[in-house]
Amino acid sequence: MGTSRLMDEAEIGRALTRIAHEILERNKGAQAVVLVGIAARGDDLARRLAEEVLRIEGRPVPVGALDITFYRDDIGIRAEAPEVHETRIDFDINGRVVVLVDDVLFTGRTIRSALDALIDFGRPTAIQLAVLVDRGHRELPIRADYVGKNVPTRKDEDVRVALREVDGEDAVLVADLVASRTKERT
Amino acid sequence: MPERFLFRGARVVDPAAGRDEVADVLVEDGVVSADGGSDATVLDGDGLVLAPGLVDLHTHLRQPGREDKETVETGCRAAALGGFTALAAMANTEPPADSAAVIHEVRDLAAAVGLCEVFPVGAITRGLEGEAMAELGEMVEAGVRIFSDDGQSVPNARLLRNAMTYVRAFDDVVIAEHCEDASLGEGGQMHEGLISSSLGLAGEPRQAEEVIVARDLAVARLTGGRLHLCHLSSAGSVELLRRARAEGVRVTAEVTPHHLVFSEEDLVTYDTNMKMKPPLRSHDDRAALRRALADGTIDAVATDHAPHAVEEKEAEFDQAPFGTIGLETALAAVLTHLVEPGELTLSRAVEALSTTPARILGAHDHGGPIEPGRPANLVAFDPSAEWSVEPPFASRSRNASFLGRTLRGRVVHTMLGGELVVADGKAQR
Amino acid sequence: MNRHLLSIHDVSAEDVVRILDTAESFREVGTRVIKKVPALRGRTVVNLFYENSTRTRISFELAAKRLSADVINFSTGGSSVSKGESLKDTALTLQAMGADAIVIRHSSSGAPLTLTRWVRGSVLNAGDGTHEHPTQALLDLYTMRDRLGRIEGLRVGIVGDVMHSRVARSLSFALVKMGAEATLVGPPTLIPPEAPAWGVQVSHDLESVLPKLDVCYMLRVQRERQRQQYFPSVREYARLFGLSRTRAGLLPEGALVMHPGPMNRGVEIDSDVADLPRAVIEEQVTNGIAIRMSLLYLLLGGSGAEGAPRAEEVGADA
Repeated sequence: MGTSRLMDEAEIGRALTRIAHEILERNKGAQAVVLVGIAARGDDLARRLAEEVLRIEGRPVPVGALDITFYRDDIGIRAEAPEVHETRIDFDINGRVVVLVDDVLFTGRTIRSALDALIDFGRPTAIQLAVLVDRGHRELPIRADYVGKNVPTRKDEDVRVALREVDGEDAVLVADLVASRTKERT
Repeated sequence: MPERFLFRGARVVDPAAGRDEVADVLVEDGVVSADGGSDATVLDGDGLVLAPGLVDLHTHLRQPGREDKETVETGCRAAALGGFTALAAMANTEPPADSAAVIHEVRDLAAAVGLCEVFPVGAITRGLEGEAMAELGEMVEAGVRIFSDDGQSVPNARLLRNAMTYVRAFDDVVIAEHCEDASLGEGGQMHEGLISSSLGLAGEPRQAEEVIVARDLAVARLTGGRLHLCHLSSAGSVELLRRARAEGVRVTAEVTPHHLVFSEEDLVTYDTNMKMKPPLRSHDDRAALRRALADGTIDAVATDHAPHAVEEKEAEFDQAPFGTIGLETALAAVLTHLVEPGELTLSRAVEALSTTPARILGAHDHGGPIEPGRPANLVAFDPSAEWSVEPPFASRSRNASFLGRTLRGRVVHTMLGGELVVADGKAQR
Repeated sequence: MNRHLLSIHDVSAEDVVRILDTAESFREVGTRVIKKVPALRGRTVVNLFYENSTRTRISFELAAKRLSADVINFSTGGSSVSKGESLKDTALTLQAMGADAIVIRHSSSGAPLTLTRWVRGSVLNAGDGTHEHPTQALLDLYTMRDRLGRIEGLRVGIVGDVMHSRVARSLSFALVKMGAEATLVGPPTLIPPEAPAWGVQVSHDLESVLPKLDVCYMLRVQRERQRQQYFPSVREYARLFGLSRTRAGLLPEGALVMHPGPMNRGVEIDSDVADLPRAVIEEQVTNGIAIRMSLLYLLLGGSGAEGAPRAEEVGADA
């Protein structure tokens, strides 16, 4: 079994547009909203959402990137310390509505880490979650407020989001975990 | 009851008689005997080498004073298991052997144990302080033939000259010098070179040894006395020795098994068992020492057996004392690393470990030749028996430079004055 | 990465890049209101300082605390021998306390390596005798990269008592590893004769070297060395090898002046040079915390176990 494409470039674009509208609808505009993308790839998606909001409302929305590596619950368990990414939150989150943005929602552990990290930055009015893909198999009581696509998967499958900014193309791909692991080794 | 032993069919290597052949050797009543022996205990010598008992020119027995590291008894047991029937015990005990009293004490202790004949070495200077001559004459009367301030050099040339001249009144006394210039060697933890600078350890250059070797040879030339150079470590020292010998200076020299086998590279892990004086030097030095031993420029192999307490050697590198034990590994080390690869003949090895040191020490009952009427001080060893150097050792201490290594060559029997003190690899006392 | 950091030789060039990149993230943490992350929560880091060094100890202490680790400070004033308890016994005690990492500073070269024989945790060398001080070299590399944009090809002068300097050794080895050009400058008595074999240049003429440097790294010279007769007097040393204001003017524009601290103002470096903008000595201190956080994180953030799952194997577990 190989890799199959769950969403192509056009579908991703439409999903992001819809999510942008939903955020604006729910929060009655963009005044109180800030977008924080979870590195890596979540931050690229957050930037795209900000562009959509700018296009729709004519209003710039602050965008930040949050690396949650230091808040992970599996430090010391894996062979090597997890790789770090950049955090850049140049604005105050106190009293704002923070929309966390990530590419894939799976067990929920990354989001849990992101919540802990965010709380160390201040006290938002509310935290909402936007994800491009929800693939199920939650291990913690976490749910997304905005979902691009719900994709039922098996636990032994691997769902990856490719983004033009990082990977040269836009796609959501699913593959067997064994196959993708072997591929990585060669 | 006279004990009779027959060493049957061993390869007899006896450089003093120029002999290397398979033969039977009979021992009766403490001496080698000519009779065809019936009713003797037969010791099967098939596959074994029979040689005159080994003689160590340089051992530290630590008693009196540091019985926690070694005693005369444990040191002699280690020696016997290593195939030694005689050893010279250095004078840097506490109190030092600078008078007949300590000499007698050490000799009596050894005699009571009866595992190895001990020839105590007398200090050259009182208290080993390097300032005034000790009562050398009194010690000669007590049977001393070698004097040494080993641990350090005699600090000034005049004092050395006087000592060497003074002992010419006595027959065949030799001054043995540990050659190290205190100022050049000060603070040195290992050989000065690329490795010491990378490890951040203060180094001691080979010139620290060479300047004293040169000085001592000049004084020997001046006085016409007998000089013995302890534990040489440097190619430069070998060159000085060669030239002096050619000029007729009465000098002999020794080298240790560890200087023949190891080098400064063995210190990269800060292994304190490799920390000794003189330090392990470069590959070139080691090669020069091996060549000099093979061609006879260096006369003998001596162990410089230097026991230290476990906790002292487990301390930080620069706090650990210098030295390695070696009585139990000397023979095997020489066999494995020099004879096996063909750098040294077996005969030359036996000569360096037994015949020549016996002669330097004046230990006439030892070193061969193995012939009727002479005291039976013998060692029978299996040159191919493989073993691993691991505690427990007979020595009280564990600081073996060969720790953890595999060697070939195992002593099977050691015979002291016709008595089997080591039989089948086990000490009998 | 290795389990221990005892010497610069324990890390590859790739490891160095990783350490510096990770330190970037920790520097950002240092700009937050809450300068703390839970990454090493529940871990115990012991500072075992046999030599007095307030600044390095505090740097390590802050690093560990900002990672939410528990910190134990064990400082003696001298060597274990003078205090009565052997290094081995102290090590076994720390082991029994469950130390995950031990940061050790000791006056004996090789003491950290000796320590690894008796403890299961990670050992970090904070300076051992005249051997190495790898965390200092790493924070110096970080400072250079941060200010000058690169390490490869940089021309760095290391000036002073190289012979007795663990910082000089680690830094020399690190610069060579990362493709920079190091030149040691000092009187012949204070430069190890084997130094060229490390891959560095040697010069005894400071003024001829200064105009060609991107970084001028000044080492501390102890007055004790004059007592030991390595040079005739402090006055002559400062005249020949000190970085005066005039000499600092010989450095190219944009070149940095660095010093591991503490400085002997007026000996190896003049006061007014130390206070110049190009002297990044205080930045070195700040960067020290980020680098030490990076090292603690990388050493303790992985189990190091052979069969442990790797990040990719469990999939993107968002």
